[in-house]
Amino acid sequence: MKKLLSILCAAVLLATLVITCVSCGGSSVSADFKVGAILIGDENEGYTYAHINGIRTAAKELGMSDDQIIWKYTVPEDEKCYDAAIDLVEQGCSVIFSNSYGHQSHMKQAAQECPDVTFVAMTGDQAATSGLSNYKNAFTGVYQSRYVAGVVAGMKLAELVADGKLTDANYDGDNIKLGYVGAYPYAEVVSGFTAYYLGVKSVVENVTMQVTYTNSWFDIIAEGTVAEALAADGCVIISQHADSTGAPAAVQALQDKGQVIYCVGYNVDMLSVAPNAALTSPTNTWAVYYKYAIETAANGGTIDTNWAKGYEADAVGITALGSACAAGTQEKVDEVVKGLKDGSIKVFDTSKFTVGGATLTEYLADVDGDFAPDTNAIWDGYFHESEMRSAPYFDIRIDGIVENNNN
Amino acid sequence: MSHLPQTHKKEPLVRIVKRDAVSAKKAWGIRIIGLLCALVVCAVLIFALTKLNPISVYTSMFRGAFGTARRSWQTIRDAMMLLCVSLGLAPAFMMRFWNIGAEGQILVGGVATAGCMIYLGDKMPTPLLFVVMFAASILAGALWGFVPAFFKAKFGTNETLFTLMMNYIAIQLTSYFVALWEKPFGSNTVGIINDRTNAGWFRPLFGQQYGWNVVIVLLITIGMYFYLRHSKQGYEIQVVGESENTARYAGINVRRVIMRTMIISGSICGLSGFIAVAGAGHTISVSTAGGRGFTAIIVAWLSKFNPFVMIIFSFLLAFLDKGAAEIASKFNLNDHVSSILKGIILFFVLGSEFFITYKLIFRKSEKEIAAKEEK
Repeated sequence: MKKLLSILCAAVLLATLVITCVSCGGSSVSADFKVGAILIGDENEGYTYAHINGIRTAAKELGMSDDQIIWKYTVPEDEKCYDAAIDLVEQGCSVIFSNSYGHQSHMKQAAQECPDVTFVAMTGDQAATSGLSNYKNAFTGVYQSRYVAGVVAGMKLAELVADGKLTDANYDGDNIKLGYVGAYPYAEVVSGFTAYYLGVKSVVENVTMQVTYTNSWFDIIAEGTVAEALAADGCVIISQHADSTGAPAAVQALQDKGQVIYCVGYNVDMLSVAPNAALTSPTNTWAVYYKYAIETAANGGTIDTNWAKGYEADAVGITALGSACAAGTQEKVDEVVKGLKDGSIKVFDTSKFTVGGATLTEYLADVDGDFAPDTNAIWDGYFHESEMRSAPYFDIRIDGIVENNNN
Repeated sequence: MSHLPQTHKKEPLVRIVKRDAVSAKKAWGIRIIGLLCALVVCAVLIFALTKLNPISVYTSMFRGAFGTARRSWQTIRDAMMLLCVSLGLAPAFMMRFWNIGAEGQILVGGVATAGCMIYLGDKMPTPLLFVVMFAASILAGALWGFVPAFFKAKFGTNETLFTLMMNYIAIQLTSYFVALWEKPFGSNTVGIINDRTNAGWFRPLFGQQYGWNVVIVLLITIGMYFYLRHSKQGYEIQVVGESENTARYAGINVRRVIMRTMIISGSICGLSGFIAVAGAGHTISVSTAGGRGFTAIIVAWLSKFNPFVMIIFSFLLAFLDKGAAEIASKFNLNDHVSSILKGIILFFVLGSEFFITYKLIFRKSEKEIAAKEEK
């Protein structure tokens, strides 16, 4: 009870901290300034819901009324995105956001045609090379919160080992098995699961992780099935980079049957579907960016072509810790977050991982968005993720992580 | 020996009787009444569900479709696409060949066009590239139309099922090519093709981005009108549609007419795939056809296969689409509300065709009968 109370207190404190920080600095957006939002889903889909919340929160903090935001829900990643963008221009929007990766080339076409309107393709990667001054990309440093979520998982793993709860099936040689449900073999996903894995590894050294792709951002059945397959192979903690609750629900069901298994979600709190199995979920606090972008555009400023911020701007975080978390997790999380903020901890510290048994000293990543390696991203002993462009470009397959079905 | 009670056989309350010929004026009157009824029902529904003023909802529907030059052009672009597919379907349906495979014919035409843009975009002078794209889309569509026609003509297979199945093949084929051409790897989308060079994109005509779409489709409209109404082949299509036996007695080679007509039908649908990819979306996905292959059936039937009337119905449907999207975002309604409105309007428009073909005769009240008998 005391622990729960302290966690609750900490969460409330953290929340107020975020809110006060976000609301600092008075601002004004004129009443005729309009914002357009092109969304891949609607409120019923976690990823989009987080964006809707972000925009709503930002608008509220900027004192905007509801009719200053025009929504386009369930816009697919095809020419309908272009139509939606043009329509928003016609409705008088000055800045238009799209929230899915595949929207970007259609947004770019609209940006070409409407130079007076700013278009932001969230999670996109072509703004810098597009040569357009009104076309922007943004992302959060969510790899940082995945690292922190990995630390939470690592604490649990250490506790399970100490309590002697693991069996031989949970080991591959000397290493404890972890599972990961990935959406696509993108850099975005690779960057995420590597950060998470390194987070776990920072607490428990002897771990190995399997990644299985579903080839969909949102497939509740496939995600559940993949989670079950990973569990059957002995994975102790299963995390995900996919948007549904399929995996946590499957893990909870297995735990109810007596298996020692836990999960780490994504984007939304998974405690509602996995009350005893969910540890936490890494999240994006999109409101931070939306507030910055809307405020900047409304006051005639120029939005960063590539915006990517993590804990340093409180743009990422993790959801409330589940009751299954190990004792002392919150303290550890606070310590790691502090380290990330002051730069003493680097997620992709090259001394912490190897590729083919060797430590990397340089790596050419695709930063300009043409899908061919072009720029060295390793110097000063770490991989500089999201510093040269907002979308993740860490796509190194490191030792200890096995992809089951990347074809 | 039966002692059945002597019941007076009651006349049913309503009888449905086929009308004799209806004058065009009366037919259009019925259609307009149907549309007005639809607007009234929608108004009641809008008010009941959202408490919004129906008039302002209708006004913004109109604004959404024709409010600005750019919106008007988008509506025109969509209407032209739909019209093109309807024109493709017209000869097939006139022949009573149930071509519900337009969706697939559009897709293969689109895939062929996208393939040319991707592989040949920087290897050919523009005019030649357009000729190749044009030809490729027509060939692909023609093939998709010919296959079911061939089996129908040779083995009497059911064309409804066959053309429907061809849709699924086309969708899978499109998925395959999307995965092959996807950009970036793993994204499952092709994105805008040739977004840096614009190779294979329709150039603006008279300063209008969609100028070529209009010109091409209107040319096909005029051509189809004369083909169906004033050519020997058009007449053969009509006779085969009325009765295959009559056609046979008249010495028409029914098999050849079926295959020839479906090649034409498929070609035009394939061509609309060309317009959709090169002239509008500049991308290819399984939603490139976007259900137009089915919506066009409504357009073709409502217009009684008259190409010029098809223009009206294509615009009506494109207008409903754009208007519905507008009210969804303007009044922050769920997308589905506007789909409901669209459905109600279509229901009444289709319903008015029923009242044009049939009339209802109500049972006369006993007083009326008595009054008649007294005379």
